[in-house]
Amino acid sequence: MEAIQKHFFSDIGVMFGRSMRHIFRSMDTIITVTIMPIAFMLLFVYVFGGAIQSGADNYVNYLLPGILLIAIASGISYTAYRLFIDMQRGLFERLHSMPIARSTILWGHVLTSLVSNAISVVVIILVALFMGFRSSAGVLSWLAVAGILALFTLTLTWIAVIAGLSAKSVDGASAFSYPILFLPFISSAFVPTKSMPPVVRAFADNQPVNSIVDAVRSLLAGRHVGNDIWIALAWCLGILVVAYVFAMRVYKHKVS
Amino acid sequence: MQNTAIQVKGLQKSYKQLHVLNGVDFEVKQGSIFALLGSNGAGKTTIVKILTTLLKQDSGIAAVNRFDVALKPEHVRQSISLTGQFAAVDEILTGRENLIMMGKLRHLNNPRQVTEDLLHRFGLTDAANRRVSTYSGGMRRRLDLAMSLVGKPHLIFLDEPTTGLDPEARIEVWKIVKELADGGTTVFLTTQYLEEAEQLADRIAILHEGRIIANGTLSELKKLFPQAKVEYVEKQPTLEEIFLAIVGKKEEK
Repeated sequence: MEAIQKHFFSDIGVMFGRSMRHIFRSMDTIITVTIMPIAFMLLFVYVFGGAIQSGADNYVNYLLPGILLIAIASGISYTAYRLFIDMQRGLFERLHSMPIARSTILWGHVLTSLVSNAISVVVIILVALFMGFRSSAGVLSWLAVAGILALFTLTLTWIAVIAGLSAKSVDGASAFSYPILFLPFISSAFVPTKSMPPVVRAFADNQPVNSIVDAVRSLLAGRHVGNDIWIALAWCLGILVVAYVFAMRVYKHKVS
Repeated sequence: MQNTAIQVKGLQKSYKQLHVLNGVDFEVKQGSIFALLGSNGAGKTTIVKILTTLLKQDSGIAAVNRFDVALKPEHVRQSISLTGQFAAVDEILTGRENLIMMGKLRHLNNPRQVTEDLLHRFGLTDAANRRVSTYSGGMRRRLDLAMSLVGKPHLIFLDEPTTGLDPEARIEVWKIVKELADGGTTVFLTTQYLEEAEQLADRIAILHEGRIIANGTLSELKKLFPQAKVEYVEKQPTLEEIFLAIVGKKEEK
């Protein structure tokens, strides 16, 4: 039906507007996705930071990429949560029996996830500027950072879709994000991996988040990025494709 | 068959080993209220889901407004509306925002005007700017019904519309359903309350063990039973009548 195609984007816009309202009306969400990462940043910079040998003269500069990834990882758990609630409360059934494209509700959530996480990232960067974060990155480097973070968000969002669609309870819908939330801690996000015991270091050096942290940090510092950015992109794209295919299978199974 | 809203023939559906529907047949006339009566787990919701294109049958034919639900689901969705078993309302939005959202998704030219009309009609104008999480069960159900009516669907499916409601709210819902049918909308409703079917339906079908075991008007169904005997019994008010008398005549509003 052409009418359904014609309205596809405006329908996604309606769903997007709705879930953005959900976010701005939920103090819990705002605290978890913005205030918590900022608190982490304050804690690490002003409490632990003095004792951490990061090798950088400005610990905020060193720390910021990891904080951004933690913010995104906690942000997407709410994507899974909102998806789960919509399914449980019968909104899926209501919309699926209406003359709109079936994937509208899913894409509405994906778009919300991208935009809301972008907002928290911007807010956190602004706070970091107050705390002394400085970057010599040019426009292209900033664009590259935005691109990597957007891709990271998208990848985690599709994992969140799987969790939200297949969860049996509210807690289950968001529990998947804890391991992801933990990954930045076992990487070079807070301390250089050199200081870790060999087994832990081997894991830290070779897990996906590490390359993303290193790539973003180099870009923001205006340094040569090297291979990190390609490793980071490969991880994100690889996981994204697998998560997307799997999420769509779960979705098809749920709606038919 | 010009005035047939729903046609179902030989409908079968199983979930793994469990045969939920074993050849269901019935028809619903346009503009009528059709009640599908059955106990919990009889398969009422399964039928609603198949007719509203949410679920595919294993075999048999189901047509809504003469469109086959399996072959032309997009056409079916154009003219129907579903009010599911649990009020599918957005708790975080206000009542007004919920209705405007539906108006936009139905691509109406004047979602705001339609919203105000429906708020007024369902007695929700005063609560329109409150979040739905603060609504009572009856208000939620009213909003849920109002959301289903956005865009004036010809055929509305109500899956157990009064389950979990208190007696006053139930009577309100009944009133709304009657008004809908008076306005020419076809209503397909499922219920486990005999009284509800008796109050509302032009035709009643009884679903039992995956088949329709009886289908007719109330008086036709009554004829299936032995001739009524005349007995003198003192009529005691039911607890529901007492309750309603005490709490006032809210339904007359």
